[in-house]
Amino acid sequence: MRLVWILWIFYVALPVQAEDVVLGLSKDRVAITATFDGSEILVFGAVKRETAIPETPLQVIVTIAGPYKPIVVRRKDKRFGIWVNTENTKIEAAPSFYAVATSAPWDEVITPKQDAKHQVSVARAIKARQTAPADAEQERFTEAVIRIRSDENLYQLLENEVTVDQQTLFRTSIEMPSNLTEGHYDTRILLTRNGVVISTLNTEIDVRKVGLERFLFSLSREQPLVYGLLSLAIAIFAGWGASGLFSALRRS
Amino acid sequence: MQIYLPIAEVSVNAFLLLGLGGMVGVLSGMFGVGGGFLMTPLLFFIGIPPAIAVATEANQIVASSFSGVLAHFRRRTVDFKMGTVLLIGGLFGAGIGVVVFNYLKSMGQVDLLVRLCYVVFLGIIGSLMFMESLRAIQRSRSNVKVSFKRKQRNWIHALPFKMRFRTSGLYISVIPPLLIGLAVGVLAAIMGVGGGFVMVPAMIYILGMPTKVVVGTSLFQIIFVTAFTTLLHATTNYTVDMVLAVLLLVGGVIGAQIGAQIGARLKAEQLRILLALLVLMVCGKLGLDLLMEPAELYSIASGAGH
Repeated sequence: MRLVWILWIFYVALPVQAEDVVLGLSKDRVAITATFDGSEILVFGAVKRETAIPETPLQVIVTIAGPYKPIVVRRKDKRFGIWVNTENTKIEAAPSFYAVATSAPWDEVITPKQDAKHQVSVARAIKARQTAPADAEQERFTEAVIRIRSDENLYQLLENEVTVDQQTLFRTSIEMPSNLTEGHYDTRILLTRNGVVISTLNTEIDVRKVGLERFLFSLSREQPLVYGLLSLAIAIFAGWGASGLFSALRRS
Repeated sequence: MQIYLPIAEVSVNAFLLLGLGGMVGVLSGMFGVGGGFLMTPLLFFIGIPPAIAVATEANQIVASSFSGVLAHFRRRTVDFKMGTVLLIGGLFGAGIGVVVFNYLKSMGQVDLLVRLCYVVFLGIIGSLMFMESLRAIQRSRSNVKVSFKRKQRNWIHALPFKMRFRTSGLYISVIPPLLIGLAVGVLAAIMGVGGGFVMVPAMIYILGMPTKVVVGTSLFQIIFVTAFTTLLHATTNYTVDMVLAVLLLVGGVIGAQIGAQIGARLKAEQLRILLALLVLMVCGKLGLDLLMEPAELYSIASGAGH
């Protein structure tokens, strides 16, 4: 009997075990077709728990991160009267897309310390992948990347966009813009209480060019000469066809 | 209808591209210009990355030049020998141009180079065309006939390696046409233009070629130089977007045929002033972008290794 008690205490004491995420996605695959014009992903799920609901409110954070790639950021300066790229810096890994949806204002859902630990905000996610320590200059470049990509809707912070019902059901929809790049989009659900992460779940959304888009893109990278010749053949055929067609029209 | 461009990785309106192609096509048909020098900056304005605009436009020029040169073949107004000499220079020029382009791309200065080239060339061509057409209008009003004299002997004739060009009726050194071809090739690779607007005046005023073979011969050279440029960009930069090129050239070839019909019926001088103003406007917009402080000082380029 005593052993059972000890096991039970163990079970309750483990916070990760206490509340778990059960997840659903409206789709785990986004196909970029020729007429691709953005996509909306519905992320929904439930919290599974075997104990009573704690007093403090449950908050949910959903993040979707596109593939991380190295980028070069350049800054313009006035030289000889015109604006020219002068300074540049390399950022080792920045996500091509990053959306964070939360169930309450940012400050309430996670503490800065927890953010640093779990790399939830895009600034943290970029910083965590930088090997060299960042100086003030580097910071400004990183801020610029976040600013530019936020303007293009590639980085999104969606506060209060996750709805949580009775501390159990949650749902949100994330708009993915039309200028997406291919790759695995890491999707995370984090549950927090008092700004502390109590449970996480990772999954993946696959974004892929399909059909003609896939064919042309792969051909241009793997067989660039064939691709170039094909482009020329189409151009010559179109030029010849148009001139033939119109001279036929004029004669008739 | 939005369409996703596989290489540029942006989604644009297909009708906008068809319309742009058609509009530039009409202009090029009306004035007998290639249109590349208008299309490439317009592509910058709608948000196509400059490197992709330049490479794709080279591909589109192949189509419009091919359509144009067929008519000249039928009329036998192509000097193949001269065209070949210009072409040899052009291929070397395109090679140099792509090397310069790729080097500056790695330095992050390619946008600047392309824009500067455009401001300088559009500025010069636009002003020259504007003044020329003003003078032409004055001439037609005052009814004074001005006869152009082709220079029969100049420094060109003192150069070695002379060759006979029967179709053009010339016996001149191969050095000047090689150099002209070279310059046009460099421009084609850097600016995504055919270079007809530089080559045609050079052929008339420097080489002294008869006007009737000038256009056909320059088109002949342009096809091969832009085709070569397309291949170089496609294999070294992967910046030729086939979907973009097809949309532009469908609009372009149809527009060019319509433009040629319109051009035949309208007064040339007034139209030329309009074209000159249009060229100066595009030049002004590009120039202002360089002079004014941009709203965003930072820009993102993809990292090494592409």
